[in-house]
Amino acid sequence: MKTITRLKDMDKIENSLAGDTGVCIVGCGTCATMCRTGGQEQVAAMKRSLQALGKVVTGTLVVPTACDELSPQAVRDHKHIFEDADAVLAMTCAFGVQTLASTLMRPVIPALDTLFLGKEQAVGSYSEICMQCGECVLEDTAGICPVTACHKGLLNGPCGGTNKGKCEIGNDTDCAWAMIYNRLQAMGRLDRMRKYQPPKNYQAVPKPGKVQIPLQGSEAQ
Amino acid sequence: MSTAFKQALENGKFVVTSEIGPPKGVNLDPMKHHIELLKDRVDALNVTDNQSSVMRFPSLGGTLNVKELGAEPILQMTCRDRNRLALQADLLFAYSRGVRNVLCLTGDAVPVGDHKQAKAVFDLESVQLLHTVRHLETGKDLGGNDLDGPVEFCAGAIVTPEADPLEPQLLKFEKKIQAGAEFFQTQAIYDLNNFRAFMDFARQFEVKILAGVVLLVSARMARYMNANVPGIFVPDELIAELEAAPKGEALKTGIRIAGRMIRELREEKICDGVHIMAIGKEEVVPDILAAAGM
Repeated sequence: MKTITRLKDMDKIENSLAGDTGVCIVGCGTCATMCRTGGQEQVAAMKRSLQALGKVVTGTLVVPTACDELSPQAVRDHKHIFEDADAVLAMTCAFGVQTLASTLMRPVIPALDTLFLGKEQAVGSYSEICMQCGECVLEDTAGICPVTACHKGLLNGPCGGTNKGKCEIGNDTDCAWAMIYNRLQAMGRLDRMRKYQPPKNYQAVPKPGKVQIPLQGSEAQ
Repeated sequence: MSTAFKQALENGKFVVTSEIGPPKGVNLDPMKHHIELLKDRVDALNVTDNQSSVMRFPSLGGTLNVKELGAEPILQMTCRDRNRLALQADLLFAYSRGVRNVLCLTGDAVPVGDHKQAKAVFDLESVQLLHTVRHLETGKDLGGNDLDGPVEFCAGAIVTPEADPLEPQLLKFEKKIQAGAEFFQTQAIYDLNNFRAFMDFARQFEVKILAGVVLLVSARMARYMNANVPGIFVPDELIAELEAAPKGEALKTGIRIAGRMIRELREEKICDGVHIMAIGKEEVVPDILAAAGM
């Protein structure tokens, strides 16, 4: 599982950097590298694009994992490249943008849009796996998440838009409930689908998400 | 409490309902004209709710127009645009204004409509909305609080007899019955043999089934629906019949086909009634009924 990101339109990035001449570019060696949106190659390409726009690229850096606590250290180790930068362009997920923003007293501009947590099914083809709803129903749905995989997030079975096993929204999207039905039937567990699923608790995860989980086992002592 | 529509369902007559599509805008005259035209020909008028995810005058407003013009309304309610607070509040309002029949739908997906960037709600879905109606009838809201004056509704739902795959759809049909659906209107049906097979299944339950009849206006429309509308199957013979119509007479042929289907459903007592959807051609519904011998 990784954070799936997509490069913003260059017009948007240019607009966000209006008035800034010196720009430092930061990529991420983990998810954004695996998505080919913020690795060494993409950072180098961005450098050329910005230079073509008349920007002065003060330096580039691909930190190992932009979101974790090592990023502030990596930034400190390379502080010379940030010194003349009017802005930092982050080719990382939004978590990386926020980590960099809390570390640097500089505007941090996102070059990527963060889409979802998912996996790469084929080269360049990503699928969302879990929406982190805080109220898992996978025990009744044969391990396929209807909250994520059904366009409407339906809990009690397919809508009338199911079409030869595909979803009415198109894009060759599978109907989650057709898949769930087939698996439950194969396992002799259709009774799970017959069960009424009451309305979901949309406050199961507080917003903003913040939670204290009591320590367990040896750590609790 | 029994609504006029519910009485019609229960007294064994062949029930006819028709659909009223509210306008995009506040010129209500064409909608009111359709209501006037149909009110004495059908048992109830069913008002669509931002149908196909296209923003329009609301179904609640349309049902009040139906009521004011002296006809029996069915309120269509989808879960796409309102959360559980708004849905319950609208049910209270509908009841207070004498709207006592409700059709509970999940609603089409946002991207098929005309506000493609809107946030889809789906806080509840069709089965949960049916439960909600029955729960409000106990005098409590979904939060467990007492209502000062409960509601009572004749509640229905939809089913797609031509869904592919069909089995999950039938399972959901049963869940809707358990949740309190008293009547069903179906997605458009054209193949009566397939529909008979569905009715053989549906007859084991204590619910009334109104077959969905969508007026075909051309062979092109039939082919388009076969290719693009999930759960609709127009057999080749009907497409050929429409194609054989003389120039400018395809609509007449469509009316004849719809009338013939309704007559057959009624005479052979295949189901409990029909729900006629004449999408934009409401003025010919009396002609369809005449073609059906009604």
